[in-house]
Amino acid sequence: MHLNTSSSPHTHSANGLSVVMLRVVYALIPAIAAYAWLFGWGVIINLLLATITALATEAVMLRLRRHPITPFLKDGSALVTALLLAIAIPPLAPWWLVVVGTAFALVFGKHIYGGLGFNPFNPAMVGYVMLLISFPREMTTWAAPLSPDNQGLDLGQSLAWVFSGALPAGVSLDGLTSATVLDTLKTQLKLDQSIDQISASPIFGAMGGAGWQWINLAILGGGLWLIYKNVISWHVPVAMLGSLALMALLFFAVEPTRHASPLFHLFSGGAMLGAFFIATDPVSGATSIKGRLWFGAGVGILTYIIRSWGGYPDAVAFAVLLMNMAAPTIDHYTKPTVFGHRKGSDGR
Amino acid sequence: MSRQLWSFHGGIHPPQYKELSNQRPIAQAAIAAELVIPLHQHIGQSAAPIVEIGAQVLKGQEIARAQGYVSASVHASSSGTVIAIEERPIPHPSGMSAPCIVIATDGEDRWQKQPPVDGHYTEMEPSHLRNLVRAAGIVGLGGAGFPSFIKLNPTGKVIDTLIFNGVECEPYITCDDMLIRERASEIVAGINIMRHALQAREVLVAIEDNKPEAIAAMRQASANANESGIEVVIVPTRYPQGGEKQLIKVLTGKEVPSNGLPFQIGIVVQNVATAYAIHRAINHGQPLVSRIVTITGDGVKEPRNLEVPIGTPIQHLIDQCGGTTGDIERVIIGGPMMGFAMHSTAIPLIKTSNCILVTRKPDQPPPLEMPCIRCGACAEVCPVELLPQQLYWHARAKEFDKTQEYDLFDCIECGCCSYVCPSNIPLVHYYRFAKTEIWSQEREKEKADQARKRHEFRLSRIEREQFEKEARLAQKRAAVQQKADSGDKGEADKQATIQAALDRAQAKKEQQQEPPKNTAALTPAQQRLVDEADARRARLDAATTAASNKEAE
Repeated sequence: MHLNTSSSPHTHSANGLSVVMLRVVYALIPAIAAYAWLFGWGVIINLLLATITALATEAVMLRLRRHPITPFLKDGSALVTALLLAIAIPPLAPWWLVVVGTAFALVFGKHIYGGLGFNPFNPAMVGYVMLLISFPREMTTWAAPLSPDNQGLDLGQSLAWVFSGALPAGVSLDGLTSATVLDTLKTQLKLDQSIDQISASPIFGAMGGAGWQWINLAILGGGLWLIYKNVISWHVPVAMLGSLALMALLFFAVEPTRHASPLFHLFSGGAMLGAFFIATDPVSGATSIKGRLWFGAGVGILTYIIRSWGGYPDAVAFAVLLMNMAAPTIDHYTKPTVFGHRKGSDGR
Repeated sequence: MSRQLWSFHGGIHPPQYKELSNQRPIAQAAIAAELVIPLHQHIGQSAAPIVEIGAQVLKGQEIARAQGYVSASVHASSSGTVIAIEERPIPHPSGMSAPCIVIATDGEDRWQKQPPVDGHYTEMEPSHLRNLVRAAGIVGLGGAGFPSFIKLNPTGKVIDTLIFNGVECEPYITCDDMLIRERASEIVAGINIMRHALQAREVLVAIEDNKPEAIAAMRQASANANESGIEVVIVPTRYPQGGEKQLIKVLTGKEVPSNGLPFQIGIVVQNVATAYAIHRAINHGQPLVSRIVTITGDGVKEPRNLEVPIGTPIQHLIDQCGGTTGDIERVIIGGPMMGFAMHSTAIPLIKTSNCILVTRKPDQPPPLEMPCIRCGACAEVCPVELLPQQLYWHARAKEFDKTQEYDLFDCIECGCCSYVCPSNIPLVHYYRFAKTEIWSQEREKEKADQARKRHEFRLSRIEREQFEKEARLAQKRAAVQQKADSGDKGEADKQATIQAALDRAQAKKEQQQEPPKNTAALTPAQQRLVDEADARRARLDAATTAASNKEAE
């Protein structure tokens, strides 16, 4: 009789890595649905392109690195990276933008550091920032939300545009696109417009950008579900959104004509996605509880600073990458006090 | 009567599986044909055998005596003949062998003539009680096996709280549960003895809320005994609440300092089964020769609790529970969280074995170990508030100094981190590996230090011998010179004698300047004593000189 003599514990709870990753995917579904509803087929095409590229790149890299392919493909981490990046890329992007960005994210954001668990930076944000810096025009050409006036492109037209850059007769790119609210805010403020004047534009909604605010609400819902399911802890989202809102409130209270409201900052751009899905990436973030609060707060504050005074209208990706760099240091200084090392608690 | 409870960080709620084994009453295990009784079943020094091969022994007869202070005697757990004193595999995580006394039982299970009970415990001195407990070979039956008489010695401290641990937080194990249900009044008798020995102010019995029958039995027994001073405290079920330091935190809010012992903060924790054993020893004069063991798991047909003579082979117990149910994967001594898997069922059961968990081969292969994604689930459940993922990282990289910075040695190896790890990393295994490596490095270093000291001592000895040799030679030369010069006597002779004496004095003085060789490697404490002696001597010299000067005046 051969007995297994592996060391304790001899039991394990059921949730594996793939369950964790799949829950992240499920949590994104409402946001993806809202996104596709508002912006059309381009969104779906981006998601598919990114997914296929990510899985193919992951498989090639695993093979090159002589790692077992199936278990690592099944862990779902490449899928999560692909979805997060695809959501951040404009729906009217050409196919190569998505493919290059996704491949770059997985090769240079993940595998070059040793694959899953070893990447110091969030791979999706590495891909996003590379695209934003290298292809600023494509990356800032955002589609306008669909409306009775703007029916957008159907599936065939979308495919034609994505793969060959051809638009149907009588449709111009300008007619399909629109500036984002953060972009508008930035340029208009430079022209000495007041917040009230700027937000009178139809692209502004009650909370964030028109249409965009619904996507952000869907992301918020998915994020809350992740917290409920214990996939992420509340610390990073609360710290990030809290510090972002606090910064916004501070300036908004002093000079409401020159600074947007906290609500606007929370519901536009990548704030929600960043708070619940990007900054909560455990691999590249801080790991201790206190550390997560600092990490989240850092992302929130940097986001506000870059949005208000930096060169880019949105800043979540930059803020996350900067805080990724700081994560090991944060961890070093936020070690929890170990049981029995506390002073005074032992009654002496 | 509700008591304020505190909480410890983390912990988990694994499925209990306690109903497997707590449906049947405790039964007496049949005597095995051969009992294998290890000499080392406790923390501390092994006991030394006091019987020889061929000796007839009776149940309860001492067969190996405690050596040194931290040690425990071992008794024959049934009557028979000693057929071997040799190395046999013992229940140890490493699967190692150790000296055991093997008894071929005669099936009569005859007790030795029991010494008369020395009167009521309340009339005994605590020190006498401790001697009796020591002679009975009683050790902590909760699993650690620390000799119990030591924990009955408050060493001048006031013991505020004496806690009896009936928490039994590990899944599957029900031996304490069943013991409390069936023998609560005996446990109370043992508790009273221990309270008397420790003069404890407050006595608590902690039981988790998943054992309502045990709670009721314990309450009933302490009420029957008219013991208003025993408080049964219900604690919410959570693993690893049965850990000594965790339980103290829950009941008192106090944290035992790292590397510290509970009695330093006026607390002693004992297992309920230990209280039962002490009752048997003091009130009935019976040493520890058996214990209650849970035999359970999906691998045995009729899981239950048995009262088992120490030294009974595991296979014998499995057979008494209807045998195995099919293909067996593991035989674990202890629970699924902290027990260790044995390589054979021939291994005997010892004083600290509370459970034998037999598991069947799972339908699915074990999940693959994946990379750590630093999700922090492990840190959330760690009852010691460590950062398990950092410990893992550094242990894997063999950065053992870093693992110590992250307080590796505070880890209690409860297994919560491994249990929740989504990547299926056997974290505890890495910590054990790191601990073992650090211990072996420390041993190496100690050896090297000793070798260095020996070498230095040797060098200084050689130097001294050389010096003494030269001094002797010089003396000889002087003597020869003197002989040669002896022709012209008188003034020259006198001069030579004086010179030789001066030379000798000089040599002696030089020799004395060499520091004495036995003071080469002193501890700071020894050095202080030497310095003090020197100072005294100097004062004495000064005083003598002063006195003689005075006299001269």
